[in-house]
Amino acid sequence: MRKPTAARIRADIAQGRHLGAASRWAAGAALLAAPLFFVHDSWIFGYLAQAAAMIVLALSYNLLLGETGLLSFGHAAFAGLGAFAAAHWFNRGGIALPWLPLAGGCAGAVCGALFGAIATRRAGTAFAMITLGIGELVAAAVWTLPEGFGGAAGVAIDRGSGPAWGAWDFGAPRQAYAVIAVWTALSVAAMFALTRTPLVRIANAVRENAMRVAALGVDPRRIRYAMFVFAAFFAGIAGTLTLIDVELASSESVAMTRSGAVLIATVIGGSSTFFGPVVGALVLTGLSGALAGVSRAWPVYLGLLFVGVVLRWPEGIAGWWCAHRSRVGAFDVRSQGWVYLLGGVAAAAWVGALVIAVESLYALRFAADAGGVWRLGGFAFDLASPATQAVLGGLLVLGVAARWALRATVQAGTRAGGDE
Amino acid sequence: MQAFAVATLNGVSYGLLLFMLSAGLTLIFSMLGVLNFAHASFYMLGAYLGYSIAAHAGFGFALLWAPLVAGGVGAALERTLLRRARVNGPLHELLLTFGVAYLLAEFVKLVWGLGSVSIALPPMLDGPLMTWGDATFSRYRAFMMMVSVGTLGALYALLRTSRTGLVLRAALTHARAVESLGHDVARIGTWVFAIGTGLAALAGVIGAPLAVVEPGMAEAVGSIVFVVVIVGGLGSIGGAFAASLLIGCVQTWAVGTTASLGGLLHTVGVRLPSAWAALTVAQAAPLVPYALLIAMLAWRPRGLFGRRESDA
Repeated sequence: MRKPTAARIRADIAQGRHLGAASRWAAGAALLAAPLFFVHDSWIFGYLAQAAAMIVLALSYNLLLGETGLLSFGHAAFAGLGAFAAAHWFNRGGIALPWLPLAGGCAGAVCGALFGAIATRRAGTAFAMITLGIGELVAAAVWTLPEGFGGAAGVAIDRGSGPAWGAWDFGAPRQAYAVIAVWTALSVAAMFALTRTPLVRIANAVRENAMRVAALGVDPRRIRYAMFVFAAFFAGIAGTLTLIDVELASSESVAMTRSGAVLIATVIGGSSTFFGPVVGALVLTGLSGALAGVSRAWPVYLGLLFVGVVLRWPEGIAGWWCAHRSRVGAFDVRSQGWVYLLGGVAAAAWVGALVIAVESLYALRFAADAGGVWRLGGFAFDLASPATQAVLGGLLVLGVAARWALRATVQAGTRAGGDE
Repeated sequence: MQAFAVATLNGVSYGLLLFMLSAGLTLIFSMLGVLNFAHASFYMLGAYLGYSIAAHAGFGFALLWAPLVAGGVGAALERTLLRRARVNGPLHELLLTFGVAYLLAEFVKLVWGLGSVSIALPPMLDGPLMTWGDATFSRYRAFMMMVSVGTLGALYALLRTSRTGLVLRAALTHARAVESLGHDVARIGTWVFAIGTGLAALAGVIGAPLAVVEPGMAEAVGSIVFVVVIVGGLGSIGGAFAASLLIGCVQTWAVGTTASLGGLLHTVGVRLPSAWAALTVAQAAPLVPYALLIAMLAWRPRGLFGRRESDA
């Protein structure tokens, strides 16, 4: 067996990192561009645009949460306000659609500069609650104020009505998606570059220990303020991308549920790596697209996933993935095969039991006219029937057994490793 | 004038309700260092439990049992999940309570359905207590004030005069010293969490007959309670009390007035476009707590009675 030395691992990682980083960027760009050539349905473009906007929003959110350690509950306010400003600007005419995200971003940054001046005077819990207040204020204002937000209907745009660029008037879904994809790529690259600047490095220091940063002669509040304005700028871009996609800026774009969604996406993906929020945004839009149509209980799964990630994987899915990749790299894959197999069996059994239990419960509660039974293909699950209870019990026992075997394997491995 | 007096009384009763919520929240924050984002969800849980218990055993039983059950749920939450999240730092604790709030909202929808339910008032508490001109102050509101003042008074007496209260107060400020004297601080933390969530649930039960009991109620009240604790100063019970009454009264007055924004600003000499001038103060009432929050933070970032903590 190849024994990993620290030096070899380091060399492997350094080599792999450059290759891996370059290939990751290329793969991301290709994934963004591919639908332009292969997709013909407009609903797929809508769905992809939604995912792209969420990616930008989650990355902008991570400038606060991951880089500066600021938990915000009102991030969607800046996305929504940016979208409203962009919608008004576009309807006044004179601006071509591809420039619109820049306008929305600037509007978001102005709002961020205004509210951030108050919010960033505090950090930690107080900051979280102030942003909650700002989010609620903006959400309530959009409903209440008579002018500027269009009340319940919102402010609509016709994206094809702006000045055209040659043959492109951006009305067609494919052309709109091209704009969104380019802006997504630009924003991701810009935010990645931003995380390599001294400003964000000091923001990292503020996150770790604001007192020390202050002792070094840098005011932590100014750093937090700068990061807040940057985050609001990119949030404004994300909001405008959504505006281009749905052609409407409404109360929904500033709603607290959207602030909650971006928080959930970022945490699930992992706030400690740059690409974590991207993963989270993809998982969230994937889940909401794939599950919402199938299951009424999908918020439960999302909530459980969120709580599970907070408890078990504080670094999120991306952090979990990185940890396991380095584990597989450092040890032999074959020696880890059993561990992953058993872990997979345990996870599958428990998830299966959970899904059956939740779906049958929801069927019992909300689909009583259909007999309160959850049907999956040829199977029918009824919580009252012994067969369903037996299946649930069997899955639970299987999960416990696999987990127990997993622990035994790992312990045996540790003992053998210690003897060598 | 009578209308104003009654509005003030209504505001005070609403403020006391807010204080029951914010007092528990502040206690938990001082003891465990985590702002329980799910606090308003326990308020909602209390209201729903109160509804179910009242339907079977009467309103009196609901007043007693709903807070006990919700407090038990709170204690279990602290013992199992919150302690595990604490290992990863305070940010993860706050995130966990956010996730719990999300799940509790789903749980309530699953058990009690999506629609709203209402608790019937006991006949003894139904009807007006006093009538001044056209303004009436209902008997139930007086009862609500009595229950809140009674509970909070009892809690205050417990904290100030009993030995348990002494240990608890010491644990709030000097947890390590109390631990080295042989007290189980972790268990005290669980008790505080149970008391705080129980108080929230009691507020839910007594507030339920006047409010709409529906799955969105936690969100509606929650953000106002967080505004209260920030305006009052994080961790300060006295501040929470002052801010609760302030926000309770200001919001009730705003809902009650017939003044319009244009009329108000006209007296100052500012003229508004007609669309804005027609906006009544009552319409803008939902904005009031948040506007107050922003004004307060611009003037005094640590809140009314907050200690100086620039980074917390």
